[in-house]
Amino acid sequence: MTVAPADFALRAAPATRRRGLRTYVRRHPTIIVGGVLLTMMALMAIFAPYLGTVDPQALSPIRRLRWPSAEHWFGTDMLGRDIYSRTIYGARVSLTVGLSVALLASALGLVIGLITGFSRWTDAIVMRIMDGLMSIPAILIAIALMALTRASLENVIIAITVADVPRVTRLVRGVVLTLRELPFVEAAHASGTGFFRILWRHILPNTLPPLLVQGTFVAASAMLVEAILSFLGAGTPPNIPSWGNIMAEGRSLFQVAYYIVLFPGAFLSITVLAINLLGDGLRDALDPRLARRM
Amino acid sequence: MTNSGYSLVFTYIVRRILATIPVMAVVALFVFALLHLSPGDPAVIIAGDTATLDDIARIRAKLGLDQPLYIQFVTWVWGLLHGDLGISIFTNLPVSKLIAQRVEPTITLTISTLIVSILGAIPMGVVAAWKAGSWIDRVVMVFAVLGFSVPVFVLAYLLIYVFAISTDLLPVQGFVSIDGGLGPFLSHIVMPSLALGMIFAALIARMTRASMLDVLAQDYIRTAQAKGLAHDKVLIGHALKNAAVPIVTIIGIGVAGLISGVVVTETVFAIPGLGRLTVDAILRRDYPIIQGIILVFSAAYVLVNLLVDLSYTLLDPRIRY
Repeated sequence: MTVAPADFALRAAPATRRRGLRTYVRRHPTIIVGGVLLTMMALMAIFAPYLGTVDPQALSPIRRLRWPSAEHWFGTDMLGRDIYSRTIYGARVSLTVGLSVALLASALGLVIGLITGFSRWTDAIVMRIMDGLMSIPAILIAIALMALTRASLENVIIAITVADVPRVTRLVRGVVLTLRELPFVEAAHASGTGFFRILWRHILPNTLPPLLVQGTFVAASAMLVEAILSFLGAGTPPNIPSWGNIMAEGRSLFQVAYYIVLFPGAFLSITVLAINLLGDGLRDALDPRLARRM
Repeated sequence: MTNSGYSLVFTYIVRRILATIPVMAVVALFVFALLHLSPGDPAVIIAGDTATLDDIARIRAKLGLDQPLYIQFVTWVWGLLHGDLGISIFTNLPVSKLIAQRVEPTITLTISTLIVSILGAIPMGVVAAWKAGSWIDRVVMVFAVLGFSVPVFVLAYLLIYVFAISTDLLPVQGFVSIDGGLGPFLSHIVMPSLALGMIFAALIARMTRASMLDVLAQDYIRTAQAKGLAHDKVLIGHALKNAAVPIVTIIGIGVAGLISGVVVTETVFAIPGLGRLTVDAILRRDYPIIQGIILVFSAAYVLVNLLVDLSYTLLDPRIRY
């Protein structure tokens, strides 16, 4: 893990830092593209009520299955609900799940990773458990948890977080194990720096860049898993419009009304693409050695 | 290889096989613990909102939830070791039998996806690395990023729209086993394999390119080129062979994603495999089936990665154990 460049950038003088930021953004245009797309999605989710939407749950039986038109931009579903409004509101669910899972899984993974990285006997036990959990495909962990709880957004977030924690833990543990052997940590230790100070000043800051990159990928995969769970009927409850829910409702009607699946599918793909671009750019910027290869 | 070399490899293989035991034990423990750690009475949740008290009592008795925890666990593990995965709540049939009935389409789909994505992705990665920085390289990298971002079901519906609804080239959905004739078999399996294989192929192409770039920068490649070997011989014979270990590793890791994708792909294309069984089990809250499927899929994943690790001994004799 090379984390030195980020460390260096943080300590550089303000003027250099600004120039440094500008060059690396120019070298990694994917950060801009991904960032702009993601910001647009976030704004759309926040300002959903002001974007010409109607109540996403409002039924209108006489307007069932209308094709996209000036009145219903994305058409209506089999209950006459406006797909445009549902898709715009659906962004809220996806972004909430992505952000919450990324934060929760990173926080939990960081704590467990730091502990296992430093304590040999917990390491042996915890990593065996993590190995076991990692050999269960994430979707199946989430499905199993959802099958045993009542459908709610909180439970979806918890289920996906449980599936993602082992990967984050493994990453943090790896970074800690590498850092522990490096001269500056040994030097700090030798000069009498306390354990918690070493952890706080030397280890923690260096785990953050890779954790940030991993966090973006966790967010992207969490959104996909939420959509898949909802699509399969084991995710967000039907009374909350989410991209996966809308697609699930359009599933049986695909041959007569493919637009029901098309619009939420496109929004989901664009959002995941935006996060992946952002993550790729961040990884390249924070880890130049890897960047030349991937 | 010397005699002691063989015995080292043998020791490694045995150790690696034994290492799968604790992993599967954790999987089994997790699957068992889930039912008991979840908040609320599992029997009530599985029975659903419309259940009567009798239904709940019946489910509790069927799952053995009325017995002490350690007895439940011992009985369950004892059953597992004898291939008994429990009884389905909804159909009253043994879970192992239900899984056996549905396994063929899933294995067929997985193998054809593996073939399609590996045969597509490795050449792409090799060419991208060979022509690094060129337009071909850019195209492959764009494919890798896009392929990684488009969800399986979105791609599946896109393919159905293009090849089945607007052009009528391929059947919309369904599955025909290979015994039903090669033509119908292929026409049904091609779209699901492409949809399922996209993320996997993107992953492999990316890793192939990265690993090849590393190897192509080595001295022995320059030597091979300097002595006048043909490009294809250098690329395949020297470079790809040495770049193989990370590629095989990512193929093993990617199988987890493939398994998740199977559940979705089978739903979209109405393929009667394990994925469909999972979805039906979710809708009926048939928890023993979900448990059985997790165990089977995880065992498959552990087995694939065992084979991947063992393949290192063939791919790279330098790896020490």
